Amino acid sequence: MKHISDGDVHTIIQKANAIRRSVIEMLLEAGSGHTAGPLGMADIFALLYFHVLRHRPEDPEWPARDRLILSNGHICPVLYAAMAHAGYFSVSELKSLRKFGSRLQGHPHREWLPGIETSSGPLGSGLSQAVGMALSERMDRGVASDKYFYVIMGDGEMNAGQVWEAMMQAGKERLSNIIVIIDRNNIQIDGFTWDVMPLEPLFEKWESFNWHVQEVDGHNVQAMNEAIGEAQSAYGQPSVIIAHTVPGKGVEEFERDFSWHGKPPNAEEGKRALEELRTLGGKIINE
Amino acid sequence: MPLLSDAHLNKNVFDTDVEQVPIRQGYGEGLLLAGKRDARVVALCADLTGSTKTDLFAKEFPNRFVEMGIAEQSMASVASGMAAMGKIPFLASYAMFSPGRNWEQIRTTVCYNNVNVKIAGAHAGVSVGPDGGTHQAIEDIALMRAIPRMTVLVPCDSNEARKATLAAASHVGPVYIRLAREKTPVITTEDTPFEIGKAQLFFEPKKGVKKTVGIIASGSLMHHALVAAKDLEEEKIGVSVLNLATVKPLDEEGVLDFVKKHDVIVTVEEHQIAGGVGSAIAEFLSEKYPMPVHRIGVKDQFGQSGTPEELIAHYGMDIEGMKETIRQIKKEQTKNKKR
Repeated sequence: MKHISDGDVHTIIQKANAIRRSVIEMLLEAGSGHTAGPLGMADIFALLYFHVLRHRPEDPEWPARDRLILSNGHICPVLYAAMAHAGYFSVSELKSLRKFGSRLQGHPHREWLPGIETSSGPLGSGLSQAVGMALSERMDRGVASDKYFYVIMGDGEMNAGQVWEAMMQAGKERLSNIIVIIDRNNIQIDGFTWDVMPLEPLFEKWESFNWHVQEVDGHNVQAMNEAIGEAQSAYGQPSVIIAHTVPGKGVEEFERDFSWHGKPPNAEEGKRALEELRTLGGKIINE
Repeated sequence: MPLLSDAHLNKNVFDTDVEQVPIRQGYGEGLLLAGKRDARVVALCADLTGSTKTDLFAKEFPNRFVEMGIAEQSMASVASGMAAMGKIPFLASYAMFSPGRNWEQIRTTVCYNNVNVKIAGAHAGVSVGPDGGTHQAIEDIALMRAIPRMTVLVPCDSNEARKATLAAASHVGPVYIRLAREKTPVITTEDTPFEIGKAQLFFEPKKGVKKTVGIIASGSLMHHALVAAKDLEEEKIGVSVLNLATVKPLDEEGVLDFVKKHDVIVTVEEHQIAGGVGSAIAEFLSEKYPMPVHRIGVKDQFGQSGTPEELIAHYGMDIEGMKETIRQIKKEQTKNKKR
């Protein structure tokens, strides 16, 4: 585990707040896009891009980099914002989201924006791609590899059969370089996950597929960092972290309401949200 | 010599005891060769390693072979991930399942993503036989042809399949290779040239018989087309045969050059007449050189159980069926001229 100091935690919380503000500004400008998921995942993306990932924003093709595969492509505003704040491109470019000719496509496109590992949108295919990457890495470097393949996945996404195909294979192949982080925010487009398609007992389901499983508060930076550390050192098993998050986290008006899954705030709502984020920075670590 | 000499075809192609080898055998041999030439080549298979002939590669390179289990959707995306790490993955299953079941994964994670993945669809066509309609992929060319960046290869025999597989390995970008199950007469030889994107003239009527009908054929029915053309020569109907091993990108120059020497075009494929080879030719000619195009293939129907021969005949794709279609075309033509 990469040690995290109190100062680091503070910095990450501030970065997460900046990412949230960027997300709101991007969505306001774009006039369409997803609100709940990106806000809910801001803490985890800040932790990944400012502490965990081995990467070089100035050299996105650096071969030794860890790979971050965003499987639920629709939360890409948080990915774009984290990348911009980490230095992959300028923060001002964020406002081009979803516009004609923009590198920030409505769902991410690998070819358009350096630093995006794969194009995604249609749900359920990210873990399979990580399996392919990890298998290739093992063919080339065997157990000597110290690369990690992080997969960000939504909980609703687990409805898709392809996810289970990949879960089975990663367990069979003991791909211990794979670390899945599930955004367990309990919502999807049509409603709450337990109404649309119940997933519980989710922990046991992953465990029975030969995965190392942890459940963590996805907004607790310290706890998430520890969980990632434990996942990195899990022996002979791929790892999954079920990260409990609050959809819309950081803006009370949007929190826990599935209707915010796929729509942007209007001008008034956006203004209120930005005001709240500016003034309630301390609220984000723990309620 | 009606068989074109520069195509270096098998001299015994019209013999009744012509050697027969399944087209998929060529894939297995080509994959093995590609694997020996390039260490980046890896193979994936969804529980059909023997029947797709992937086993030849798997035995030689067990560490570069991935057994997927019956998971075609994941297979396409696993291959995408491997390509992202610099591998050249070849994935194989029955065409009904791949690209049948995993079309979206091929579109998004392979083609949209623009990674170097090769897809082999075995047991394509109704000639799968007794397994019946569930296992007879006759829509796969249409599915693959519609996706940007995809190259579509439909080899006519095992030799051509071997060359197509090797060519796919050196080509950078997604490629679909369509394979058939049954033993198929060996038409081409070691010396027959093969190039992605090049159509090849295989047969022309002998001197003194006017070229009237141009057959453009792809894949497993090529031998039937050649025999039909040769037989019709005796009836004074001049038929030439063009081998369209690459359906996409279309050899526009080669096709245009060929069609201009004929009055009528007949396309031949073991596939729905909608969306496949016939469509590709009709689309192109309607814009560039409008002329009559008749499409031999399955006409908006599903397959069913039977022997390959019975099924090919039932859907009008056997030698007799082709000859009859061409005779009718010829009759219509004469009638129209008299008017």
